[in-house]
Amino acid sequence: MPEKTMVEAIRDAMFEEMKRDDRVIVMGEDVGEGGVFRATDGFAAEFGEERSMDTPLAESCIVGAAIGASLNGIIPVAEIQFADFSHPAFDQLVSEAARLHYRSNGTWSCPIVVRTPYGSGIHGGPYHSQSIEAFYAHVPGLKVICVASPYDAKGLLKSAIRDPNPVVFLEHKKAYRAFRQEVPDEDYTIPIGQAETKREGSDITLITYGMMTHHSLKAADTIAQEQGASVEVIDLRTVSPWDKERVLESVKKTGKALIVYEDNITGGFGAEVAATIAQDAFDYLDGPVTRVASPDVPISPYSGILEEYILPNPEKIADAIRKLAAY
Amino acid sequence: MTKEAVNTHGLAKEQLLQMLEKMLLARALSVRQRMLQRMGKGPMTFSGEGHEAAQVGSAFALKPGVDWVFPYYRDVAVAVTIGMTPVDILRAFFARRDDINSGGRNMPSHFSHPSLRIVSGSAPIATQLPHAVGAALAAKLRKLDEIAVGYSGDGSTSTGDWHESMNFAGVQRLPVVFVCEHNNYAISVPWRKQAAIENVSIRAQGYGFPGVTVDGNDVLAVYGAMSEAVKRARAGEGPTLIEAKTYRLMPHSSDDDDRRYRTREEVEAWSAKDPVAEFPQQLKEMGVLNDNSEKEINDRVNHEVDAATDQVEQEPQPEAPTALRHVLVEGERS
Repeated sequence: MPEKTMVEAIRDAMFEEMKRDDRVIVMGEDVGEGGVFRATDGFAAEFGEERSMDTPLAESCIVGAAIGASLNGIIPVAEIQFADFSHPAFDQLVSEAARLHYRSNGTWSCPIVVRTPYGSGIHGGPYHSQSIEAFYAHVPGLKVICVASPYDAKGLLKSAIRDPNPVVFLEHKKAYRAFRQEVPDEDYTIPIGQAETKREGSDITLITYGMMTHHSLKAADTIAQEQGASVEVIDLRTVSPWDKERVLESVKKTGKALIVYEDNITGGFGAEVAATIAQDAFDYLDGPVTRVASPDVPISPYSGILEEYILPNPEKIADAIRKLAAY
Repeated sequence: MTKEAVNTHGLAKEQLLQMLEKMLLARALSVRQRMLQRMGKGPMTFSGEGHEAAQVGSAFALKPGVDWVFPYYRDVAVAVTIGMTPVDILRAFFARRDDINSGGRNMPSHFSHPSLRIVSGSAPIATQLPHAVGAALAAKLRKLDEIAVGYSGDGSTSTGDWHESMNFAGVQRLPVVFVCEHNNYAISVPWRKQAAIENVSIRAQGYGFPGVTVDGNDVLAVYGAMSEAVKRARAGEGPTLIEAKTYRLMPHSSDDDDRRYRTREEVEAWSAKDPVAEFPQQLKEMGVLNDNSEKEINDRVNHEVDAATDQVEQEPQPEAPTALRHVLVEGERS
């Protein structure tokens, strides 16, 4: 099986879907030229400028025009160059895409995908680093996916493109070329809303997603080498809808829950996970539901020293595991 | 006094009378909803009174069910011209279960009718214009003989979505017409505090397509401008911005008191140019209408609105637990 980077897997997913269904188009800033991360490299040559469309630098209209096109038989995959630049499109995503089906009593719908690179750890400063999943996970009517591995990215992006609902597809940019993974050339999908247990364990359930999955797995290995706690690591992969069943089942088994996310701690998506565990698995808990996340400062400063200080990393996660295990 | 011959833009007598009837129907629906709101039968209304010529004149140039219509909340006359019925309109007012617009979920006057391709809108202004651009983009990509029309008021011209839509449409030369119903007020904010130009249509030049300002109280003038824009769009010549200068005769909504910001003299001056009074007069001078046929049309419209009111008031409300439905599409994508 070929080994691919995540950005190659993402490119493959879109390329294959555009081959499979001629209603699918990609649109956004620099998309026609291949995109700043090369996710649409070669698309203009293969599919033409109309299906691999450069747009003006106007995020609200990129998403709004995608919504309008989706009403008239097109399946747009809109790219916002960085998640930090998606805020001008917030109204189109929240007031329009998310509410159109509901407000029309189920008579209109908009099958669009809005792809955008998110997350920090690449010296991106405060405007090329943000985690935006909590904003959109809060809004009924949207699906929100966070990927940080090549295999998951391809399978979930194909599901997103085939989904009848608007999907916000967040790609952790640090994972774009950080490593390779076996990715089948064949068509496959991963269901939206399904978490994956990336590591089995019996003492602590660690719930995470995005780049933090990799840091958490490293931390779990470190603890194992110390003959410490056995940590089960669950990658949510999708934050809306999210896989409550798998999380609760695991917490009921281990009795301890550690939630790790890159976003600011207050109101981050992990807060919702914590609240759900506290409410629905209370009788099984043998320790405080614990969160490791970034402090409440704008994520993230440009300086490597400042950025590293802010973000969760394997060491910080390992410390939290030791503390929770000892409780 | 000699009068210039009226340019009817090739419209037949029947079509002229149809236009009049749509204007009168829209007026009667606005008046009826205001009355019902005062009687406590619904919490909220938005009146289209005064805008009927701009709305009917523009919508009459479209192909109902083929062209895509993205109205804003004042466009009751657009909705009925495309084919919505008084029952469709009043079900939204009464928030009835069978309301085609939204099943009682959206506020009244947020028109939607899928088979007529009138697309559901929201309350933030101008957000529907990118959708019109997108529908036109799809028509272009799919080589369909369809155009899109994005309606909005003068208040919307200050927003990013308004500018972004015009720019995108200009770059792609899309089959879209933007109709700005310019009534000089964004609720209470007069035009002079919204923009430093007199006619917003001049902005079209900056987006690379024509913009025209037309007397929005002259239904035939609006129809003429719109027909030209529609012809351009269908021919692949790109967008047009039409600015129809008009006036809303009522406050912004049933919650607004326009005496705070408009003099009664100003309102009276515009009332004297009320399109639903002017157009019948014009048709009479042309020999298309007489007192008898005018009464016939008025009776028919009033009867229709009365019957719809009686019917819809008796209809069932939505069942409460259905409030949880249709958050996401249930089932597969087609």
